[in-house]
Amino acid sequence: MDINDLRSIMTVVSLATFVGIIWWAFSKGRKSRFDEAANLPFADKDVDEAETRLVRRD
Amino acid sequence: MSETQTTYNYKVVRQFAIMAVIWGIVGMAVGVFIAAQLVWPDLTYGIPWLSYGRLRPLHTNAVIFAFGGSALFATSYYVVQRTSHVRLFSDGLAAFTFWGWQVVILLAAVSLPLGFTSGKEYAELEWPIDILITLVWVAYAVVFFGTIAKRTISHIYVANWFYGAFIIAVALLHIVNSAEIPVSLTKSYSAYAGVQDAMVQWWYGHNAVGFFLTAGFLGMMYYFVPKQAERPVYSYRLSVVHFWALIFTYMWAGPHHLHYTALPDWTQSVGMIFSLILLAPSWGGMINGIMTLSGAWHKLRDDPILKFLVTSLSFYGMSTFEGPMMSVKTVNALSHYTDWTVGHVHSGALGWVAMVSIGSIYYLIPRMFGRKEMFSIKLITVHFWLATIGVVLYIASLWISGVMQGLMWRAVNADGTLTYSFVEAVKSSYPFWAIRFIGGLLFLGGMFVMLFNVLKTASGNKAVEAPVLAPAAHHA
Repeated sequence: MDINDLRSIMTVVSLATFVGIIWWAFSKGRKSRFDEAANLPFADKDVDEAETRLVRRD
Repeated sequence: MSETQTTYNYKVVRQFAIMAVIWGIVGMAVGVFIAAQLVWPDLTYGIPWLSYGRLRPLHTNAVIFAFGGSALFATSYYVVQRTSHVRLFSDGLAAFTFWGWQVVILLAAVSLPLGFTSGKEYAELEWPIDILITLVWVAYAVVFFGTIAKRTISHIYVANWFYGAFIIAVALLHIVNSAEIPVSLTKSYSAYAGVQDAMVQWWYGHNAVGFFLTAGFLGMMYYFVPKQAERPVYSYRLSVVHFWALIFTYMWAGPHHLHYTALPDWTQSVGMIFSLILLAPSWGGMINGIMTLSGAWHKLRDDPILKFLVTSLSFYGMSTFEGPMMSVKTVNALSHYTDWTVGHVHSGALGWVAMVSIGSIYYLIPRMFGRKEMFSIKLITVHFWLATIGVVLYIASLWISGVMQGLMWRAVNADGTLTYSFVEAVKSSYPFWAIRFIGGLLFLGGMFVMLFNVLKTASGNKAVEAPVLAPAAHHA
């Protein structure tokens, strides 16, 4: 087996991995976890408010 | 937890955010200056260190690495802390990245006009500076991934994936492309030769676009667009697919910079195919960003920060459509080496990269100084229109001059001789170069409006350090 066989295998494995990722991302069980993840930037509203009235600390 | 409440490290964010504005002005001013040199070639009376050839790399390095880099450092440090709910991994290392990066920029600003260059586009800096860049970058990676490692939230938010990919890929690109053999303190030669050297350079060059100028700024998009629109991203699963599609395809697009050169033909074709495939993830990401506003379009009417962010995505969509088209060999035969390429780059660099950075910095600055919003919202609107009109003038004029140059260069008479000499194409380009100069001047003017607004917002207000609070979900 020469290096070019390895390169071909690598390409096919990459494609299979990518298709796997798509399948994983669109599988049913993901929905609720993803909704939670999408709301991560809003999980610390208190800090948003706090940072507008804080004093210097550095 | 100790007696004093833990806070986020906003100091380094603040420093980078302010310097992004300053370096933006410096880099764009140099750009406007060399645009003026094209219109008035005798502008600098032949002073060597003010010549176009030396100032042009200064312009590109300043806008990409000083302005864009500072904006990326600032936003990534902010986003990684806020979405991981921990303070930065190491304050000392973070400070080192700030001061180290400023030294790199100053060394570039001195060495490039003096004529020290390794001759590789976007990688001109000589080897001692390359080593300093590597040190700063490794420190950056340690701070960023160290912060991710000690996060108190199990999920790693998608913006951090993009920032992380940007940091890893740029480290890889910089180390491979900067492999060089020093012959003195100020001169080195590439470790590669011939067409391999060219391919390594454009593997670097195109992935600098893909990972420095795209992945990093997509990290900004995935945090600041939802925050400013006050809605979660349109589709999180699309963002996951978007990320991996970019990662798997971008690395292969570089050869389109070397169409019709000594590079093997099949390599050029591979580069072209992957460039065409790239349209899919690029537009997937753009749609994901823009659709985040669905149901909240009215916010666009009176929020100039959102205007900046959404317009940046429109330009991102435009330039990522134009790019794949230009990578098609037959189109490239017309566009290559003309102003069209320069216009395309600026549609991405000013329209996408600069505008998304400006929007994000307008979001950050008031929060860094304990204010609810910028000193003047009206001035943000003024800035928005100056920038938008500036970009449109810039790219429209270079489309015309670019296509015109391509057509004039390839025109032949019936007997096979060239219809036009090179200088005739130069002469015909003058009016468009003048319009481009005005477009750039408008964009630069907008940056001065921004600086004024930022200084007004900062003055008289105390710099703040926000507390690390448990995420809302944990309270209930």
